[in-house]
Amino acid sequence: MNKRISNPSTPSCALELDCVSYSANHTDIIKKVSGQFPRGKITALIGPSGAGKTTLLKLCNGLISPVEGEIYIDGKRIEEQSPMSVRRHVGIVLQSSPMVQGTVKDNLALPLQLRGKTLSDEQAIATMDRVGLPSSLLTRDARELSGGQKQKVSIARTLLNQSKILLLDEITASLDPSSLREIEDLIVKLNETEKISIVWITHNLEQANRIGEYFWVMVDGELREVGTKEDIITSEDEDVKRFVRGGLS
Amino acid sequence: MSWMTLSLTLIFVFIPLLLSKTLNLGLERDTIVATLRSTVQLIAVGFVLKFVFDSEHAIFIILMVLLMIVAAVQNARHKGKAIKGITWKLFVTFVAIEVLTQTVLLGLHIVPPTAQYIISLSGMVIGNSMVLAILFLNRFTAEVEAHRDESELILSLGGTPKQSINRQLMKSIQASMIPTIESQKTIGLVQLPGMMSGQIIAGADPVQAVQFQLLVVFLLLATAAMTSVLLGFLSYRSLFTERMQLLKIDLN
Ligand SMILES: Nc1ncnc2c1ncn2[C@@H]1O[C@H](COP(=O)(O)OP(=O)(O)OP(=O)(O)O)[C@@H](O)[C@H]1O
Ligand SMILES: [Mg+2]
Repeated sequence: MNKRISNPSTPSCALELDCVSYSANHTDIIKKVSGQFPRGKITALIGPSGAGKTTLLKLCNGLISPVEGEIYIDGKRIEEQSPMSVRRHVGIVLQSSPMVQGTVKDNLALPLQLRGKTLSDEQAIATMDRVGLPSSLLTRDARELSGGQKQKVSIARTLLNQSKILLLDEITASLDPSSLREIEDLIVKLNETEKISIVWITHNLEQANRIGEYFWVMVDGELREVGTKEDIITSEDEDVKRFVRGGLS
Repeated sequence: MSWMTLSLTLIFVFIPLLLSKTLNLGLERDTIVATLRSTVQLIAVGFVLKFVFDSEHAIFIILMVLLMIVAAVQNARHKGKAIKGITWKLFVTFVAIEVLTQTVLLGLHIVPPTAQYIISLSGMVIGNSMVLAILFLNRFTAEVEAHRDESELILSLGGTPKQSINRQLMKSIQASMIPTIESQKTIGLVQLPGMMSGQIIAGADPVQAVQFQLLVVFLLLATAAMTSVLLGFLSYRSLFTERMQLLKIDLN
């Protein structure tokens, strides 16, 4: 499974990793991972805590660089592109939903502000509506929002960059069941109508079951299984079996 | 004052020693080291200055100023270990400020071009600049480390390194300048500045001493602003890799 499936110069995949390793503080966090994220599909990236999922997404967004191996975005080596254009093309919603100092509106406007543009009030209200937040929150201090509200602002903020590839890190972890389904619907619709390729980390196997068209299972910094749901369910790997037991159907 | 009378002032050193001993403050060693160092350094400087003033030779003046700058760099660089090339960045900052202030002072004939004036004023400018640099570096590295997640967010959205730490940079520049501005506000009311007191004790006309002190106040305000801004803009980029990733900062 750790083989290259196709030539990276024919980008049938949105992202491809070729023998990528990453380490920090003399610990190996990602170990020789090779694999692809198919174009226009939603890939569910699952695995136990500490498996290296967040680290993998940060590598794909260029927030960190592999110590070894290559990452290809639409067939082009990441190192050959400017970090800023990589990060706009491959958007990420971070697991911790960090907020910059200021109001909710300031936070929403951030992607535009960074390019010297402004977010109009109508755009701001429409964006809030998209993730199911009332526009009355726009003037609130962003750091005083609840965990779930922060997650929604964080999603809306990244969507404003209109990235062609989206990396989502546990974006519904603090949401109530009905918000969770709303966000799922929003992302699935984005994927269908705008052909955005998505990599979605989730701890929630039911969610992975619903949204995943393709799967990556990581354990202990390694990519242990990739493929369709059937490929994962029939995996021979003991850790994978234990992890997905009963969760995927 | 004779050397004999000066040695009587050592009584003042026994007070902290005694207090430290009885209250277990553990400051005896540091007090003794500080006393010895200040005595040796000042006496040495006194003789060196006497020599430089007597010779009035440009090369000695420049050497003296360079020596001050090198000492200031040595002192401040520990606070900026995390910043690559901090030594030369501090050096460039101090030299730029020294050249700029002396150009104005001498170019507009505000002070006469004698060793006495050049060296005393340089000492104040460089000393103040060094303190500012230390304050700034301390604050800046702490701010960047404390707001790592925000910087990372801005980078992840396609922001530049400058954008990702702009708030921290401005806040540190501001914070490092506040003590200078605040102390200038109460100058003359709460405390007489050391230099002015010195001049008055030495018999100078108080109004003249005040005029000169005002010059120093303005000079120090300008130095404060320039040090943090210059150092900030010289150093922020080296907190990032070429791939615009924020490096881990080792505080302390
Ligand atoms: N900068 C770093 N320095 C040292 N160790 C790190 C660093 N970043 C991550 N790690 C370690 O790497 C491992 C993987 O972390 P990562 O956040 O990628 O896991 P994860 O799969 O996202 O976990 P979770 O599901 O809990 O979010 C963890 O053991 C973590 O402690
Ligand atoms: Mg994670």
